[in-house]
Amino acid sequence: MALVTTTKGEMDDSLLEKKEGFVDNDNESTTWVEYWLDGELVHRSAHVALKKNVSSAVEAASFN
Amino acid sequence: MANTQAMTTSFMGELMTATHNFGTAPVRATGATDAFKAALYLTSATMNASSTAYTVTGEVSGTGYSAGGVAVTFGTPPTATNSSVTAGVAFVTPSASITYTTVTLATAFDAVLIYNSTQSNKAVSVHTFGSQTITAGTFTLTMPSNTTSTALIRLATT
Repeated sequence: MALVTTTKGEMDDSLLEKKEGFVDNDNESTTWVEYWLDGELVHRSAHVALKKNVSSAVEAASFN
Repeated sequence: MANTQAMTTSFMGELMTATHNFGTAPVRATGATDAFKAALYLTSATMNASSTAYTVTGEVSGTGYSAGGVAVTFGTPPTATNSSVTAGVAFVTPSASITYTTVTLATAFDAVLIYNSTQSNKAVSVHTFGSQTITAGTFTLTMPSNTTSTALIRLATT
């Protein structure tokens, strides 16, 4: 058993329905977890691992 | 020996530490590292390459989230690495994940703005991800490895 922070305060996870999912593509690897109580979403967390950076190309111009 | 036209890689790294100034420089009290922050933006916002500074317009709001977002730690200074006589990369990555703890963000968001809170909140970069909402939970952004090819912020010559 573990306590989960919810919209209704700390709750034992055994009282809740747990749903998990993930997304993995070129831009990110994301996992999320939800806890539901009687059809109501009471907790959702997400963890996004960024894969794609921002890059700027720079150059020295030629005189000719 | 021969000369080769190139932007020096050292210059790119030094741009990241404000060594060069071709215009009017901001007044710095010390040479210390600036403070940076990360703010989250709604899917309806328009943060992009034209963004010049942090703005509350389009920023998320909700329980546990403070306007302006959270601090970003750059524990490792920028690195400049040559790959050839014409090419190199200067790069830097936050040294820790960016975490928003115990927040409720009910309206979907899909972007984070990293900005310099020491220098008038000037914008650094915008990073997007799949749309998210958070309910009494934690949102974490984990950084890529700080390498020439994967670092979060890169200046490169080819």
